[in-house]
Amino acid sequence: MAKVLVVTSGKGGVGKTTSTAALGAALAQMGQNVAVVDFDVGLRNLDLVMGAERRVVYDVVNVIQGEAKLAQALIRDKRLDNLALLPASQTRDKDALTEDGVARVIDELRQKFDWIICDSPAGIERGATLAMRHADVAVVVTNPEVSSVRDSDRIIGLLDSKTLRAERGERMEKHLLITRYDRIRAERGDMLKTDDVLEILSIPLLGIVPESQDVLRASNIGQPVTVSGPDSPAGRAYAEAARRLKGEALPVSVPGERAGFFGKLFGRRAA
Amino acid sequence: MSASPKPDQPSRPMLRFRGRSFLALALAPAQPLEAWLADLDAWLERSPGFFTGRPVILDLSAAKIPVADLGSFIADLAGRSIRIMAVEGIEEGSLGLGLPPAIGRGRDATLPEAKPAADEGSKQPKSAPEPVSLIIDEPVRSGQTVFHPRGDVIVMGSVSSGSEIVAGGSIHVYGALRGRAIAGVANQPGARIICRKFEAELLAIDGLYKAADDMDPALHGRAVSARIVDDALVVSALD
Repeated sequence: MAKVLVVTSGKGGVGKTTSTAALGAALAQMGQNVAVVDFDVGLRNLDLVMGAERRVVYDVVNVIQGEAKLAQALIRDKRLDNLALLPASQTRDKDALTEDGVARVIDELRQKFDWIICDSPAGIERGATLAMRHADVAVVVTNPEVSSVRDSDRIIGLLDSKTLRAERGERMEKHLLITRYDRIRAERGDMLKTDDVLEILSIPLLGIVPESQDVLRASNIGQPVTVSGPDSPAGRAYAEAARRLKGEALPVSVPGERAGFFGKLFGRRAA
Repeated sequence: MSASPKPDQPSRPMLRFRGRSFLALALAPAQPLEAWLADLDAWLERSPGFFTGRPVILDLSAAKIPVADLGSFIADLAGRSIRIMAVEGIEEGSLGLGLPPAIGRGRDATLPEAKPAADEGSKQPKSAPEPVSLIIDEPVRSGQTVFHPRGDVIVMGSVSSGSEIVAGGSIHVYGALRGRAIAGVANQPGARIICRKFEAELLAIDGLYKAADDMDPALHGRAVSARIVDDALVVSALD
């Protein structure tokens, strides 16, 4: 059964695109057939982070409007041949996405892949609601600071009301991915504590990704951090998050913290 | 819209009228109006958009505004995003064109029962009495509003910053209350707000309110209950 996963956050700049690429590549490294789909029409970025920007010919809007077949628009990753990218259009805007068109594309992707990972644009408008519309699973990306947490809270409310699953009365599976976590700032009290974020958002924790130069470098050289630095702390955090998405019960760990503490954290939240 | 129906069209459903009861918020201005409007502005500053999209009735039994001035007063309210659906408590039977309809005391108004058409009647659920309490198992998220004008609202999880609960009766929150809680809107001064962890942005019972700035910082994070004592909203710790 194919799973449609939306990576969303409400707020911009928290790491949705980076997380989409890293989780997509990590699932592909585990042997899954993965398609990552950029829903940020008009502000296309996922192609850059995946290092595929020179290979974009057709995009998701072309497919929706019937100007290209899905197979023509999908770009196969150079490093992982079971990973494909469906890029967004850079010259159009979100109005080019139609409800029916998105449904058709997602249905067709479901036939070919195990995982369809939708990279949501920021905000709560059309682009974001269409990206989450068909999802079975949501990864809510949050930075440990108040505005990001409140926006994530708002997005969780939308996931529970505006998605097809919610409208059918089914439960939407939601996971929290805390990114740009800085241990030193957390210890100084400059950032929200992981506990507080979990208490406010009350959804299970998928992972904690540290703020790191490896992530920045990976984006700049166009490689998901799980490919460019599989042994870096960020790469490992994403790889473990991907294993948890597959259903493995791994304790959540954060570099620099004692395992016991996070063992407790995970034990409490992973119900 | 404009074409007349063709004779061979399938029969159209019969024109039907139904009685429907709503709970509207009633605003009762008092003289002097300038001072009342200033109070209203102060309230709106703390609770912008509270009236937006909600039915509001203007109760003039206390203010006695002459009909000639009513139009400009309603326009003043409209400028604050308050749209008046009807006017209550005036002597005149009708206010004329351009003004909302005059209605009698809301509670006493009766409407003839509309009989549903025979073919649909069996399918329609018998109008079961509405439950008095609304129990919510999920957290109330930022941006969500729970509007339950008929009874109590009980939230098993937390109420997030940027969300709002409006209850006819009392509000109970078993998690943290970080949003707004507006209780007793159905004229229930005896309503209470009770929560296990108090970090609310705003509390109101039967029209009396307190914003976060007016609250005792010592109560922050504690289990509290709020109620009205001698026309004042009192918040006290539970333990």
